[in-house]
Amino acid sequence: MRTEVPVAIAFIAGMLMIVSLFVPHPVISEPASVVRGWAIIITGFAYVLGVANIARISLGVLRKRGKDWEYKFVLLAALAVMIVLGIGLGIRSGSAFDWAYQNLYVPMQSTMFSLLAFFIASAAYRAFRARSVEATLLLVTAAIVMLGRVPISEHIWGRFPDFTEWIMEVPNMAAKRGIMIGAALGGISTGLKMVLGLERSYLGGG
Amino acid sequence: MAEKAKGDLLVRLSRIDRRILFLIIFVCVAVPLLTGAKMKMSITQPVKGLYDAIDGLQPGSYVWLAADYDPGSMPELYPMNIVLLDHLFARNIKIISASLWAPGPPMAQRAFDAVAPKYGKQYGIDYVNLGFKEGREAVMLSAAEDLRRTFPRDFFNTPWESVPMLQDIRSLRDAKMIVSVSAGYPGVKEWIQQVGTRYGMRIGGGVTAVTAPEMYPYIQSGQLTGLLSGMKGAAEYEQLIARPGLGIAGMVAQSCVHIMVVVFIIFANVVYLIEKTRK
Amino acid sequence: MKLIKPAAILLVLVILASLVAGGRLSPGILGTWVAALLTLAIFSFLYKDNRIYKLAEHLFIGVSAGYSVSLEYWNVFRPNLWDPLVRGLHHVTMAHVFSLGGFSVHLPYFPGMLLLFPFALGLLLFARFSARLAWLSRWSIAAMVGSYAGLAMIGALQGDLVAQVRANMIPLVAAGSLGGIRASGNADDLIFAFLRLIQNPLIIFGLISTLVYFFFSREHKGSLGVVSRIGVWFLMISFGASFGYTVMSRVSLLIGRLHFLMSDWLRVIP
Repeated sequence: MRTEVPVAIAFIAGMLMIVSLFVPHPVISEPASVVRGWAIIITGFAYVLGVANIARISLGVLRKRGKDWEYKFVLLAALAVMIVLGIGLGIRSGSAFDWAYQNLYVPMQSTMFSLLAFFIASAAYRAFRARSVEATLLLVTAAIVMLGRVPISEHIWGRFPDFTEWIMEVPNMAAKRGIMIGAALGGISTGLKMVLGLERSYLGGG
Repeated sequence: MAEKAKGDLLVRLSRIDRRILFLIIFVCVAVPLLTGAKMKMSITQPVKGLYDAIDGLQPGSYVWLAADYDPGSMPELYPMNIVLLDHLFARNIKIISASLWAPGPPMAQRAFDAVAPKYGKQYGIDYVNLGFKEGREAVMLSAAEDLRRTFPRDFFNTPWESVPMLQDIRSLRDAKMIVSVSAGYPGVKEWIQQVGTRYGMRIGGGVTAVTAPEMYPYIQSGQLTGLLSGMKGAAEYEQLIARPGLGIAGMVAQSCVHIMVVVFIIFANVVYLIEKTRK
Repeated sequence: MKLIKPAAILLVLVILASLVAGGRLSPGILGTWVAALLTLAIFSFLYKDNRIYKLAEHLFIGVSAGYSVSLEYWNVFRPNLWDPLVRGLHHVTMAHVFSLGGFSVHLPYFPGMLLLFPFALGLLLFARFSARLAWLSRWSIAAMVGSYAGLAMIGALQGDLVAQVRANMIPLVAAGSLGGIRASGNADDLIFAFLRLIQNPLIIFGLISTLVYFFFSREHKGSLGVVSRIGVWFLMISFGASFGYTVMSRVSLLIGRLHFLMSDWLRVIP
């Protein structure tokens, strides 16, 4: 029950998806379509599970007055307010939920990611060294691409953007295609192992 | 002695407090934005490919616009969303928008609210926002089979039968093209893998610059009709349709920072070579 | 004493809320100021880690988690599960299943009844919180993993493997590329005509050498080692290109934030 049933479920669900590509007949495509609809619903619950876990851990810290417990209070309060606003009052444009999204969520997430610009510039200055032929090749390509992708490069050489585009379309593309094919082969074999029950690490504990 | 002093200065400069580097980067972005300087640029082939594909669509046909991004990628992808809507509405293309990322629909709606009135386009007749659906690849395939079952209501919770333009739609495949503005997974790659190749649908993409290099194999194979890469891609498209926006506005700042980063790399490596020679 | 700070914050929030409710403060202006102050709070991390940054960070986690739950409720749970089940429950009938020796077996049926399965599987996920019942969540995880493993497999197979291998079957010399060299009028044209001439052999050999690098079943010695090394060079070029694009991407995000601060908040640029 603990192992055999989940492995059987994974096998049925996975094989339906795979076979539906090769057999478009309704006897396969209809159940496959139903299973896909179910996967959408279950994944929605999984999302909520993740949030519930964050809440559980934060509540634990709050109860024990652990490290940074005041911040956990802020986290839980914000979580609760957003859920009450969203589920209770609706998510339409102009709602309080929408206001919170536009003026809390959007600026904070945008700013978090924009910090990376500073760190990448700092890393370029302090850490990137041409210690080998390969590293030199990497840095020279990076410099050419960085210059070629901005309009100012056309003032250095009129065909600079075209040369950059050639680098992207030829050597970069060839290597990326090699990575893609390798990853596809790896993904197919891992997927097949999971569906056939040879790979069971996803079952984890419990 | 003078040589050694100069070398020591260079070494000290190479170990400068990173907050000074942050300040330099800040100045490189802030000053061009304040001056409002703009630059013309040449158009790259992937951008032209997308432009030609959209330009060749028949007025009245449907396009599926996937707003698969979040606020973290907004500066790169929102200008793309805007400029694509400008082009699609100007060509009288009907737009069905949906998102596989939870934060996507409000941003897609914000873009619609900004652009649709300029062309007299009405919600439910010329465009619709179906909202978000969790499920990634499963949603893509489900939408390609039965759109109504996948999205029984739109972003505003309006039932399917109350949206006039959806009455002629059975599945995603009724659209002439899929244009995915995406920040990562799920995004353009998954649309190509699950829907484009399987059903032979044309896919156009707008991606963050981080994911752009991985898209070139799809361009060469013909699986991707065209591609906008990052803010520069948005700027090129703005220039193509003569609608300047944040893309063009940011290009001078972008240029300054890129030059500065290249200077950083060159300077740091020169110092590294000097130190290596001394040892 | 400890309650003074949270009480003060609560008081400020109440005052702001009543100003907005009373129409004395526009939600738009309040929103812009809140967004700007939160932006500066997060930027303060660049100077050093501090309490204001930590507060903003935890606020962000709470807001984004609450946002996701609300979206899941309105976009997945209600339209795809709850509403069809509730509608179906208004039309419960007794359906004949089978007859056996004069006995007829009827079971209750309603449209959308099959949705009870994903509902149950979704709820079983929460069994993870109980040490004794956690094994039940494996059923739900298996359903998800099996479906997505199958979908990812077929996506990789048709979208990446077959299509990409086919796309690399190109002629060694692109049509018209030799003529391009002869027809070149100036140095730039000659350079690009040459690049076009070597384009196809580079793509073919680049792919082969990259794949050879990832072949670990034999030691990279001799001719295999040479081809593998060339594959590494192609990979380094692609990583350099990726790094250049990554810098571009991160800088764009910073431009976006500073544009907001200067345009929407301080109004020093249009």
